[in-house]
Formats: sequence, structure tokens, C-alpha cells
Amino acid sequence: MAIARDTESLGSLPEIEELGLGRAELLGMYRDMLITRGIEERGHILYKQGKIPGSFYTGRGNEAAAVGVATAMRPEDAGTPLHRDMGVHVTRGVEPWRILAQYMGRVDGPARGRDGNVHLAQIEQNLIAMVSHLPAMMPVAVGLALAFRIRNERRVSVSWFGDGAAARGDAHEAMNFAGVRRLPVVFVCDNNQYAYSTPPQFEYACANISDRAAAYGFEGTVVDGTDVLAVYTEAKRAIEKAREGDGPTLIECVSFRMEGHAVHDDASYVPRELFEEWSKRDPIARFRLWLSEHARAGEAELSEMEEGVKTLLVEAQRRAESSPLPDPAELEQGVYAEPEELEGSPDA
Amino acid sequence: MPEKTYLQAISDGLRQEMRRDERVFVLGEDVGVYGGAFKLTVGFLEEFGPWRVIDTPLSEIAIVGSATGTALMGLRPVAELQFADFISCAWDQVVTVAAKQHYRAGTSVPLVLRLPSGGGFSGGPFHSQSPESSFTHVPGLKVVCPATPHDAKGLLATAIEDPNPVLYFEHKHLYRRIKAEVPDERYTIPFGKARIHRAGGDVTVVTWGAMVYTAAEAAGELSAEGVSVEIVDLRTLQPWDKQAVLESVAKTSKLLILHEDTRTSGFGAEIAAQVVEDAFEHLDAPIRRIAAPDTPIPFSPVLEKAYIPQVEDVAVALRELAAY
Repeated sequence: MAIARDTESLGSLPEIEELGLGRAELLGMYRDMLITRGIEERGHILYKQGKIPGSFYTGRGNEAAAVGVATAMRPEDAGTPLHRDMGVHVTRGVEPWRILAQYMGRVDGPARGRDGNVHLAQIEQNLIAMVSHLPAMMPVAVGLALAFRIRNERRVSVSWFGDGAAARGDAHEAMNFAGVRRLPVVFVCDNNQYAYSTPPQFEYACANISDRAAAYGFEGTVVDGTDVLAVYTEAKRAIEKAREGDGPTLIECVSFRMEGHAVHDDASYVPRELFEEWSKRDPIARFRLWLSEHARAGEAELSEMEEGVKTLLVEAQRRAESSPLPDPAELEQGVYAEPEELEGSPDA
Repeated sequence: MPEKTYLQAISDGLRQEMRRDERVFVLGEDVGVYGGAFKLTVGFLEEFGPWRVIDTPLSEIAIVGSATGTALMGLRPVAELQFADFISCAWDQVVTVAAKQHYRAGTSVPLVLRLPSGGGFSGGPFHSQSPESSFTHVPGLKVVCPATPHDAKGLLATAIEDPNPVLYFEHKHLYRRIKAEVPDERYTIPFGKARIHRAGGDVTVVTWGAMVYTAAEAAGELSAEGVSVEIVDLRTLQPWDKQAVLESVAKTSKLLILHEDTRTSGFGAEIAAQVVEDAFEHLDAPIRRIAAPDTPIPFSPVLEKAYIPQVEDVAVALRELAAY
């Protein structure tokens, strides 16, 4: 099992400010993590109330990894977040009510009811909608980077995957091609220790998934995925390295999947002690403590923010529930794109 | 107008698109330094440079997946799968990612996959398949199967312009065997418009790809026997020109469907079903299908000849239909 860094590694404020994060940005990251967890907790309740069809997935325990990486990206960067990465959508500006509308199959969800749960993305945020065949998104993320390289744009692509996805051939082909061409892409492995019910020792035989980076000719690193500042630090370094033309990096964010694979799964196969151990490293609680100890964030300020997020999500839910259901008469529309949807014809 | 081989028409058309639109680029195995396994992109690397003519590792998933990524970022990738057979490696990228993206997320994937397909030269089970029918069953994909040099160039231009994933099946057995006049200037040919390869009044043959020429030879034999055969070359299977087929059947009342792909669930079954639904009253004979048998494509020439529909098979069926 991968070993995360020491749990006390969150740096001091001056250290963090040197990396480009001021107090306002730090509080913003905390808020994004709260919104991320809040959306998923609310979704969980809505699911149990029968308001969300199908299945329901959360990324509880992965909020720091998702928000840390997304904060290190620039708006013009692009990526392919997966189902534990709700924090990426939130950080890049997808409105919470639209996410809740997506869960409930409403027209205002980014997939307009045509796909559910975290299978969402808004191209406005340069995010590409994931498919369930998770590592299949990795070559696509490499393609985003290839486009940037072809056009000589100073943009970076981020490719998310998990400890489970790492076992498939897509992951190999994507990282190999990216390495060969030194493309501006950062691979982020959310290693949350369980692929559905399968633990790491039955998914891979090397010590760390990031060890594989050496085989692709680029750098790999392990980071504590519950430490948002450690994740941010590694991601920022890797993203800017890629932007400078110095090729890909594989960052393995070690965290723990604090719930089952999806809501139907009680995760009875996970030893209770592991949940207890990792609950002491809850990414949100850790960051809250850091903010109060290092960033002069008082109880009143933090509580006010937490209340604000609750209010925001109550309003988001109200708005999502008032979003119409899709019209079955439109079922067959939009299978194919129309020519006018694509801009920039050379004739234009 | 200059005469060009089918292969030269594709090559010239692709070069013309790349000169016209700097978003168009090619990627695939051995497409650069080597000029492609069939030498279709010879000279491209020198003209367009290594970031528009990209030699990839032996990685079909990465080829199709990364091409999809570039398409999502506004480029116009033309990915070459060295043989259409190898598209099985990239099934997920084609069917799961590219085909469903617009319906789910509203984002266009203007992607062209060039797929050298078809048998006739002892390529064996893994270098000779005609897998086009499988992809007509996947909503979100377009499927193109040109038969003539003129169509090959015009349909390629249309494929590159199209905002959707297009599977462009180029028949390897036509590459250097078929030569015809091809305009130098750029032109497009709309998808979903069939071409009457030969007009006739007694029996209709609906086909595409290399089988157009097999049908034409058989029709020549029948003509000498006083039977007039109409050959409808579909050109594209998704979308396909139902109207042209129905119109021809209304005229001849007899239909033979011919394809090189295997029989069961081949696209011919879809055509037959549609004609039965929409033109049953016009039919004076049961619809006939000639297709490859439901086996892998064998290697030995004698076996391959028995597998691929031959002129004589078609002529026999046409005689039977004419006499019915």
C-alpha cells in the first residue's frame, strides 16, 4: 500500500504565499472543498429520498486532491476529471445547482438528462465529460495536450485516473505516447486504495503507481492526497513544468475512499480500522485546523463561511428541483452535431 | 481531367485539405518518415512538418483517443489505423468516447478515421476484414465507403468538414487497381447520396466499396443475355440513401444486395428490412443477399476466393432474379 507523507506536512503561511496562494485564495480553496462535500452529502440524501435515479457516487476523502490540483490550473488549461473529482468542477466554476440538476436528470444539468451523476463537464471550463470506462479518458487528455503542442499554446492538460484505472491498457498507451512526445500533460492518480472492492495488492505489484512514470521517461511523485497544500504544491510545479515544455509528470495522490464504491455499497470488505485511521486525516478538518493556526482564520470567520455554503446549497437544491425534466420528444435530437456548431471554417 | 488511382485520389485530397486548413493534421503508425504502410502520405512529413504528420507509437487506443482530444480542442485530426482490422483495439475510444460525446455533453468531435479495409490479396484473418457494418449500429458515428477515385476524394473532404466522428473505409483492393478521372480542384460529395453506377431496368443491385466492380462485371454478362441491371453504389452507410434504393426498387421490382462483409447482421440485412417495410408492394421476387459467409477471412487464395463474393456468384443470382 502506498505511503503518504507525514500528516504534519502542511506548510506555514509564508511558505504557501511563496507558491502564489494568498489568504483569500486559501479561504477560497476551503470553500470549494466545503461545497464539494456539501453537494455530495446533499446528493446522498436526495438519492435516499428517491429524487436521484440510477446510482450515486461520491469522492468523500478526495476533496483535497481534487481542489488542490484544480487550483493549480489556469483557466485556459484543460482536463478530464473522473467520478471522485467533483472538486475540480466546483473549483473551475460549474455552479452547484447545475450539478444537483445533473444528479436528478434535469435539463439544467450539463448533460441535460442524457447522462447522470458525475458524468458531467462544461466545455466552457475546458473540462471534458468522462465516460464510465474510466482510463479511456486518459488518451483523450493526452489529445488535449497534443492540440496545445501542435498550436504552440502555453496550455496544460490534466488527466485524472485511479488505482483501478491504472491497471488498464489505456493508461499505458496514454502515458507512453505523452512521454515519447513530451506533451504538456500532468497525470493525476487519485489512489484511494480501493477499486470497488479490490485493494492495492490485487491491482498492482509495484510499491507506488507513480513508480511507473520512470518507465515512460518522466517524473513520478507520491503526495499526501488529504493535504490540499501538498497537493497544490506538487500540482503547481508539475503544471508549470509542462507549460515550459519539460514534459509530463505523474502525481499519485494517496487518500482513502471514505464510502463504498457507490451508495449501494456498504464497503463491508474494508477493515474498520482503516476507516478510523483515515478519518483522523479528513482533508477538510485538516485544512480548517491549518487555516486557524496559520492563516488567522477565526472560528467566527470559518463558521460564517460554512453557514454561507449551507445557504448556497439549500438555494442550489431549490433551483435544481425546479429545473424541468427533459422532454421525451427531444430524445432523438443531438445524436449528431450540425456543421454550424463548429466555428472557424477556413471559408469563413 | 487527370486520371488517378483510388489511392492517389485519397492522398491528393488529404494533402489538399491540409494545405487549405491548418487545423487538419494526420497521425498514425508509420505515417511520417515511412509515408504510411500503403505509401499514401509520402511527402507529407516534408511538406507539413512533424507536428502535422505525427508518427505514433504502436497504440491504437492512444491514436484514436488523442485524436478525439485534439478534435475537442478545435483541430481536425485525420487518424490512420494501419488496417481497419486494428480498430478493434480502439473500440472504446470510437464507440464509448467519440460517438456519444455530442449527445451527452453537446461537444462536437470532428474526427476522421482512415480505415484501409477489405480483402482480395491473401491478407488473412487480421488484414482483410470489412468491419463497416458493426459501426453502422453505433449512434453518433458516420460510415463512409467510397468505391471510385472521384468519390474517394470528395467524400474525404466532406468527412474532414463534418463535425462528427467519421469512419472512412478505403478499400485496399481498389488502391492501385482502379483508376479514373479526378478533378484537381477541391470538391465535396454529400453523405447519404447514393450514386447510380450503372442504370438499368430489370434488377437492382445495392452495394458499395469494391463490390461495385464485381456487380458491374456481372451486370456486363447479364447485359449480353438481355437483362438490364441497375447498380446503386451507396457511397455512405451512415447515413444511407434509402430514397435512392426505394426508387430503384420501384423501377425494377427486384433487389439483390451485395457486400463483402459477413452475412449475418451485415448492413445488407438493414437494407432488406427497410425495403420490406417501405416497398413490399413493389417487390416481384424475394430479396436476395450475397455476402461473405459467417467465417473469419481465410488466408489461402483458394479459400479467400471462396469467401469473397465473386462475379459468377452475382451473375447466377441476377439470372435467377431476372427469371423469377
